[in-house]
Amino acid sequence: MPIVSRPHRSNLVAWAADKPRVLVLGADLTASCEADLFRDTYPDRFFSMGMAEANLVGFAAGLAREGFEPFAHTFGVFLTRRVFDQVAMSVGYPNLRVRLMGFLPGLTTPGGVTHQATDDVALMRAIPNIRVLECGDATEVETVLDVCHAVDGPVYVRMLRGEVPRLFPRDEPMVLGQSRLLGEGDDVAVLSSGICTEEALRAVGALCARGLGIRHLHVSTLAPFDDPLVDAALTASRRGIVTVENHAISGGLGTAVAERMAELGLGRKLVRLGVRDTYAHGASKPYLLRKYGMDAVAVVGAVETLWGRGFGIDEAALRHAQVPAPRGTSKVEAL
Amino acid sequence: MTAAVPALDLPATRALAQRIRRRVLGHTIANDGGYLSQACSSAELLATLYGRVCRFGPSVAPALPPPFVDVPGPKNPGATSGGLYNGPRAPELDRLFFSPVHYALVLYSVLIETGRMAEEALAQFNTDGSTVELIGAEHSPGIETMSGSLAQTLSVASGVAMGRRLKGEAGRTWVFMSDGELQEGQTWEALAALAAHKLDTVGVYVDVNAQQCDGPTDRVMNVEPLAARVAAFGAACFEVDGHDPGALEAPAVLARAGKLGGRPLVVLARTDPCRGIDAMRARAPRLHYVRFVDAAEKARFQRELDNFDVREG
Repeated sequence: MPIVSRPHRSNLVAWAADKPRVLVLGADLTASCEADLFRDTYPDRFFSMGMAEANLVGFAAGLAREGFEPFAHTFGVFLTRRVFDQVAMSVGYPNLRVRLMGFLPGLTTPGGVTHQATDDVALMRAIPNIRVLECGDATEVETVLDVCHAVDGPVYVRMLRGEVPRLFPRDEPMVLGQSRLLGEGDDVAVLSSGICTEEALRAVGALCARGLGIRHLHVSTLAPFDDPLVDAALTASRRGIVTVENHAISGGLGTAVAERMAELGLGRKLVRLGVRDTYAHGASKPYLLRKYGMDAVAVVGAVETLWGRGFGIDEAALRHAQVPAPRGTSKVEAL
Repeated sequence: MTAAVPALDLPATRALAQRIRRRVLGHTIANDGGYLSQACSSAELLATLYGRVCRFGPSVAPALPPPFVDVPGPKNPGATSGGLYNGPRAPELDRLFFSPVHYALVLYSVLIETGRMAEEALAQFNTDGSTVELIGAEHSPGIETMSGSLAQTLSVASGVAMGRRLKGEAGRTWVFMSDGELQEGQTWEALAALAAHKLDTVGVYVDVNAQQCDGPTDRVMNVEPLAARVAAFGAACFEVDGHDPGALEAPAVLARAGKLGGRPLVVLARTDPCRGIDAMRARAPRLHYVRFVDAAEKARFQRELDNFDVREG
């Protein structure tokens, strides 16, 4: 599994080269959000808005009203719960082409609860008109910009920074409203999002080696939530469904799946993995994913719960297992 | 080039203010309530903005506002902008962003008295299915942005002004605010950014009537000394008599002439929330929304309406 260093930093610059209407707004976290190279390359298209997120959101809305496509960069917590009313009224209501690039999703930071966006998806899903996207690897970080660009309205993106694994082939971009099929089988459906997909891949690989049939979907569009691939996976799963997300289990992927299951009239067991009605604290990502039950070990445990038996999968081996290369979405058409 | 509507002279501007006041008074009596003190305080200010400051083309919206169809959205082509009542969008024309949308009745009266909306439109005011709403929204006549939660519009207008600068447009961006909004932190974030980015095409007019929902502003949460605060944030700040159209207009003339040193303009219009309607004074200090306490009070307001002189402010 290759690791890409700071994929957004250079990709944003290259991507925006032929898009003069693309602007970037910083909020005193410009380098922390890998927008510093854009700032230095296109100083006329970068605006420093300081540590003032309410104004940041409104200013972006004004630029969008004039036909520009502003990408506001800061941490997810500051783009969502800090300015919920501004996002809802200044950006969401008028359906403006503002792109809210939220970094440090969930437990990806040792910065503690002030920096950990564990409710951002729930908040943004509650605002009409806003599409909510989440990147799961470097390919998605690189291609989410095209997805945003094609949306005639606001988008909230959970972005990844720093050392980002590449799970998906470079030529298989993120597609709005379409999940990636990473494994097939009709016993259990595992739906994962964001960095939890890497964990789920480890778990599903080990479980499939035991002969289980697991349909694994990576979900990158959290709102709207109307992907037929998801419906098919939920419907096909005989023993139940597992969701795993780098977010609270309320309001995010797990909730969206529960809502969809109810709408489809599916009487299946659902195990939602994620932050359970608590705040986390500042520590390393592996420690936090383990502690809050969002890693590969937790996914195996969830499947064991649905099955009603253990599979004797060695936890230490699982944690250090190579991530199996997922098959690309090109396989979807063959199904 | 879209030509701007010619400016009114000062006596006509004063008369416009009085007609706005009279119309809001009449509507408040007919409907047993309304945001009347806002008309008292802002009539000259809005008359000056519409009559002399803002370079607007003629309205491009229907004289009688169409009914509500949709809010903005990806599948809602029926959504409309109330900004069309201020004329077409053109690079050389101005835009006005109306922040305190509970002044909607006053704004609708301005549009009627300036020939931008039909008089009959007020019959739709606060009725089901109409866009002529009690607290104006983005589709309400004269209003470009959703701003009912207050203090968000200045930020949006700042972004619009930056966008217009990037496009090389000469038109200016005006913002009308109420002084209560200066209690919100976002206003100060926006003022800091306006100064930092030298957005001198933005001019903010504040109706400083020193009144808010809970009562007199100094007792709810003091915002003074406003001029010193605003100036400290880097704006060119002018404190003027908010009932004197000439004084209200003067800072805008300086701004248009580029004489404010690259700073955004803030005009603090000191106003009287009972101006022109003496029956209001007995209600002080609770002036935010008028609901007649009894028939006798209503009769006092009716007598003022019967004897209203549109020539005197």
